[in-house]
Amino acid sequence: MAPALIVARRELAGYFATPVAYVFIVIFLVLAGALTFTLGNFFGRGQADLIPFFSFVPWLFLFLVPALTMRLWAEERRLGTIELLLTLPLPQWQAVAGKFLAAWAFCGIALALTFPLWITVNVLGAPDNGVILSGYVGCLLVAGAYLALGAAVSALTKNQVVAFVLAVALCFVFAAAGSPVVTEFLDTRIPQLAEIARAVSVADRFGGFTRGVISARDILFFASFMGFFLFVNAVVLDHRKAD
Amino acid sequence: MAALIEIERLTKRFSGFTAVDDVSFTVDRGEVLGFLGPNGAGKSTTMRMLAGFMPPSAGTARICGADVVDQPVAAKRNLGFLPEGAPTYPEMSVTGFLAFTGRIRGFRGSELADRVAHAMALTQLEGVRLQPIETLSKGFKRRVGLAQALLHDPPVLVLDEPTDGLDPNQKHEVRELIRRMAPEKAIVISTHILEEVGAVCTRAIIIARGRVVVDAAPTVLEQSGRTLEEVFRGLTLGEAA
Ligand SMILES: Nc1ncnc2c1ncn2[C@@H]1O[C@H](COP(=O)(O)OP(=O)(O)OP(=O)(O)O)[C@@H](O)[C@H]1O
Ligand SMILES: [Mg+2]
Repeated sequence: MAPALIVARRELAGYFATPVAYVFIVIFLVLAGALTFTLGNFFGRGQADLIPFFSFVPWLFLFLVPALTMRLWAEERRLGTIELLLTLPLPQWQAVAGKFLAAWAFCGIALALTFPLWITVNVLGAPDNGVILSGYVGCLLVAGAYLALGAAVSALTKNQVVAFVLAVALCFVFAAAGSPVVTEFLDTRIPQLAEIARAVSVADRFGGFTRGVISARDILFFASFMGFFLFVNAVVLDHRKAD
Repeated sequence: MAALIEIERLTKRFSGFTAVDDVSFTVDRGEVLGFLGPNGAGKSTTMRMLAGFMPPSAGTARICGADVVDQPVAAKRNLGFLPEGAPTYPEMSVTGFLAFTGRIRGFRGSELADRVAHAMALTQLEGVRLQPIETLSKGFKRRVGLAQALLHDPPVLVLDEPTDGLDPNQKHEVRELIRRMAPEKAIVISTHILEEVGAVCTRAIIIARGRVVVDAAPTVLEQSGRTLEEVFRGLTLGEAA
């Protein structure tokens, strides 16, 4: 097994050994369910799909994912285990990748636990399950993007509150970049920036997935987004691990 | 053949002040180096640099010929390191934790189980093998950290205050263990217990304010009719004044 997977396995077990996992999962499921059925008007729409659910997930992740990542490196620092982990014979990027993979797998578990919604739409109607699957893939990619960003921020600061607030703010920038408010404002003033804003918008890319469109460009976008911030994480960690 | 531990002109500066200042020494197979000095002298900082955790501001450190900055993984493979305070993952069980470090070190299956069992036997941890580490007493936690450093039977051991917080029996056990392992390894231990130096070390380095002030065998230090404590006080109080 690659060292990254050994680290990931330990981390994932660590989530479930503490209340973090259960609090996260319960809050996620309750909020996702509540928003879908109330604001999303799940039953009233008379459509057999998960669009209302998928429209809320990125916004939930905006707050929940930074709650997960804020302690990623801060906790290792507080316990001093960072000194142990980074003096074991594994390349540093494998430790970074391992922590990221564990958090990502954990988000995957939380998403998988929303399966009752999927069962419900299949009982009530005949949804396009391909579209639903692609929506779930999109959710997972959004989670991965936010996780990579949040993890890099947590390597930057020892303070968990700072890490949380900063990660939410940065994730929000990428979530809102493509929204009409932003792009119309930029279109009238600096059109080039509006193009960039649309290109880096996590929400825009995610929209395609919820409609069942999985394009190579979107996959590439998420992959490079995660890759970039994992790289930043490794560089920052290398400079600040001993501070 | 080059010494197992080679430290050359190692220096660490923190914004404005120098915690480790131009420290050089080598440790050969069969040597047990006692690393002494007052609080804040720079012992842990030196060990962190040697273990490849803290990047040096200047100078180099090599373990079994591998530079800790340029070939970190190769250097760490030959190193057993007990960081200051013996950090461990609190929610893990003793066996779970040791198996984790063993897996990272590349052990699998029955060999992994044997290594973990052997490390627990060396540090007398069998009685608490399945207990979460956070529920252990301080001395047991330290022994878990020690077991982790010994698991892969490395040629180089760097132990930051290995006997701190241990009861007298355990202190004795750990010293015996170090003495037994000494012939095949290069060992560096830091300690504030001076009689430990006489008991297990073949050589002592006293550092004060980041500088090496003495590098000699404990027997040589004591020859002038003074105890090690008097030597230590004389050298380090003079420096601090
Ligand atoms: N990350 C850091 N940033 C700034 N200063 C530091 C840092 N780490 C250590 N120092 C300083 O470096 C000096 C040496 O610290 P070090 O921990 O090496 O001492 P020590 O010899 O191990 O002391 P002790 O016997 O108390 O363990 C101290 O003055 C300490 O405050
Ligand atoms: Mg120290």
